[in-house]
Amino acid sequence: MIRWTDDPMTEFTDVHSNEIHKAGSETIGNARLAEAYRSSTLRLFTHRLNAIGEVPGFERLRDAGREVKRHTIENLDYYLAQFADNVERNGGKMHWASTAAEVCRIVVDIVQRSAAREVVKAKSMVGEEVELNRALEAEGIRALETDLGEFIIQLAGDRPAHIVAPAIHMTREDVSELFVEHLKAERTVVPEELTAIARRALRDMFQKAGVGVTGANFAVAETGTVVTIENEGNIRMCTTLPRVHIALIGIEKLIPRLADLGIFLRLLGRSGTGQKLTTYTSLLTGPRRPGEDGPEEMHVVMVDNGRTKSLADPTMREMLYCIRCGACLNVCPVYRKIGGHAYGWVYSGPIGALVTPEFLGIGQARELPFASSLCGACREVCPVKINIPDLLLHLRSEAQEHAPKPSESLLPERLMFRLWAWGMRRPFLYALGSRFARWGQILLARKGWIRKIPMYPASQWTVGRDFPALAPQTFRDRWKKLGSK
Amino acid sequence: MAKPRVALFITCLADQFFPQVGESVVKILRRLDVEVTFNPEQTCCGQPAFNTGYRDEARSVARKVLDLFDDADYVVAPSGSCTAMVRVFYPELFQDAPALLRKSQDLQKRFFEFSEFLVKVLKVEDLGARFAHRVTYHDSCHLLRELGVDEAPRQLLRKVQGIDLVEMQDYKLCCGFGGTFSVKFPEVSVPMGQDKIRAATETGAEYLVAADGGCLMHLAGLIHRQGLGLKTIHLAEILAAQEK
Repeated sequence: MIRWTDDPMTEFTDVHSNEIHKAGSETIGNARLAEAYRSSTLRLFTHRLNAIGEVPGFERLRDAGREVKRHTIENLDYYLAQFADNVERNGGKMHWASTAAEVCRIVVDIVQRSAAREVVKAKSMVGEEVELNRALEAEGIRALETDLGEFIIQLAGDRPAHIVAPAIHMTREDVSELFVEHLKAERTVVPEELTAIARRALRDMFQKAGVGVTGANFAVAETGTVVTIENEGNIRMCTTLPRVHIALIGIEKLIPRLADLGIFLRLLGRSGTGQKLTTYTSLLTGPRRPGEDGPEEMHVVMVDNGRTKSLADPTMREMLYCIRCGACLNVCPVYRKIGGHAYGWVYSGPIGALVTPEFLGIGQARELPFASSLCGACREVCPVKINIPDLLLHLRSEAQEHAPKPSESLLPERLMFRLWAWGMRRPFLYALGSRFARWGQILLARKGWIRKIPMYPASQWTVGRDFPALAPQTFRDRWKKLGSK
Repeated sequence: MAKPRVALFITCLADQFFPQVGESVVKILRRLDVEVTFNPEQTCCGQPAFNTGYRDEARSVARKVLDLFDDADYVVAPSGSCTAMVRVFYPELFQDAPALLRKSQDLQKRFFEFSEFLVKVLKVEDLGARFAHRVTYHDSCHLLRELGVDEAPRQLLRKVQGIDLVEMQDYKLCCGFGGTFSVKFPEVSVPMGQDKIRAATETGAEYLVAADGGCLMHLAGLIHRQGLGLKTIHLAEILAAQEK
């Protein structure tokens, strides 16, 4: 549930990011779910590897993409103004929303003014982020998700489990169950038949709906063009059939020129799903002109919702380069294990561990930056080379500073590290400590191994692993003999 | 040319748990006619605090490290992770303190992980070691992705007599140690390590070899808990081996 407030940041109450341990364990313990994540991420990961292998100089393409994004984010004020001017020049209407509540209010207003009762929606992470469907339903407006994955998620009353593959966690048996229950469909597990069932349900709504709401993959400043990419054709339906089109766009989606788009189309398709290009690429520049197809009205809602806070932070700003391809999720060993829902909000995986605390405030998601072994596989695949591990480290220090976790032991963690640092700065204390520890472990160690350590945090180690006993002699003690040689 | 003076940064983990790794490093370097020194003032590089988000505490420990090796031509550590801390993260920690930043940048140039030091600096691969076993090499993440070292350990291993070096499935995949991640997220860290051990076991290898004490401690602990036969060993120990 969203609780609207007057704060500049919307307060979301349906955020469970700090319960990641419990939710992640549930995925790991659920064999069916664990297998769905394992096989789907592996498939996407492999597709990406094959697709980038075909492009000579993919590295240079990544560098070029990063440079365009860096430049745009550094000059965002300029490009936002340019984009807005061009949208209006093309006959579109610009709206600016600083919070989720404002986004919803703007969309509800447009829908109500158009007297539409039904809205068709294309997959949009911003739409998920601001919980637009709930806001529309609260006003008696029916909103239907038209992306197959999102459609499934909506029927299930669920949240996307992945940035590009929202129903990645569901098997076709799960989907079949849902369709039987909600659409009174015949039972089938044949993918083509399941798709046909969804298509029939969607077709009806496409014809009725007065408003289509989409996100955008890119927004081109020099032309005021909204770019969407997809595989199902539903976005094109949402932007051409209804009388009104509303595009929700995070301010970080801008690119300066149409000429830059080629870089990103190649990066995004190949990084996300391993496609050379997605099936449909739409460039939407204003509403219909005389004698053309398209909506009568085109509205563009530029969304802040926490982004300018990251923009103001010279370190975290880099996070805004993200083009939401999902490659970092597919490669992440932690995401593969715990799945998307464990991240407790709409964005998951390594990028979700950055976006969520940034957009919602560190207190709401202070555990997420720690949900990483910092292996760096995400940075290795990121099409715009975001230094994700480094930003996670930065957020870890923010979390300890501004949202310390309630202590799990008698000795608070910060104090523990203070004492540790105090000892480590004094070699004689370090040496004394190693002596004491060797006496202490006599009680615990058997044949060189310790099975259970009662004290936190070592107790967390022995949950599933044995702990090696300290060597009888430290290296520094042995050096006394070695050194004289 | 005078003998290069190499200071050993043993790392707190090897000092406490794997002193034989340090002895192996010393043995190998001396065989290569290098003068090895050890400054007993050293303790830890500060990474546990940095990794957990306690930057002031990490800085206070790191500051001490900056002063330990002024007279050494090179500093060598048998750990990719601690080397990454010094080379990659020290300059970040001291970015607002010009004098310390300069010191860290000077140390950065002289600080090497053991396998990369042998291959890139000393330009040796064949150390005359003999180790007649099937082994599989685990890329520790900091060595692989922060320092970009993937070939050096393999080049060294391939030159070991009698060795049968095999690659495991997904050899670049993290083992799940991750420093304090191992105790903050044991529910994820443990199954990640189990995957790694399964992949290593499937190769038929007798030894799982790595160049980082953290990964080895985590993997060995899992293997011991499960009562498996796979053995773990540090790269330096194989390179120092002279078995018949």
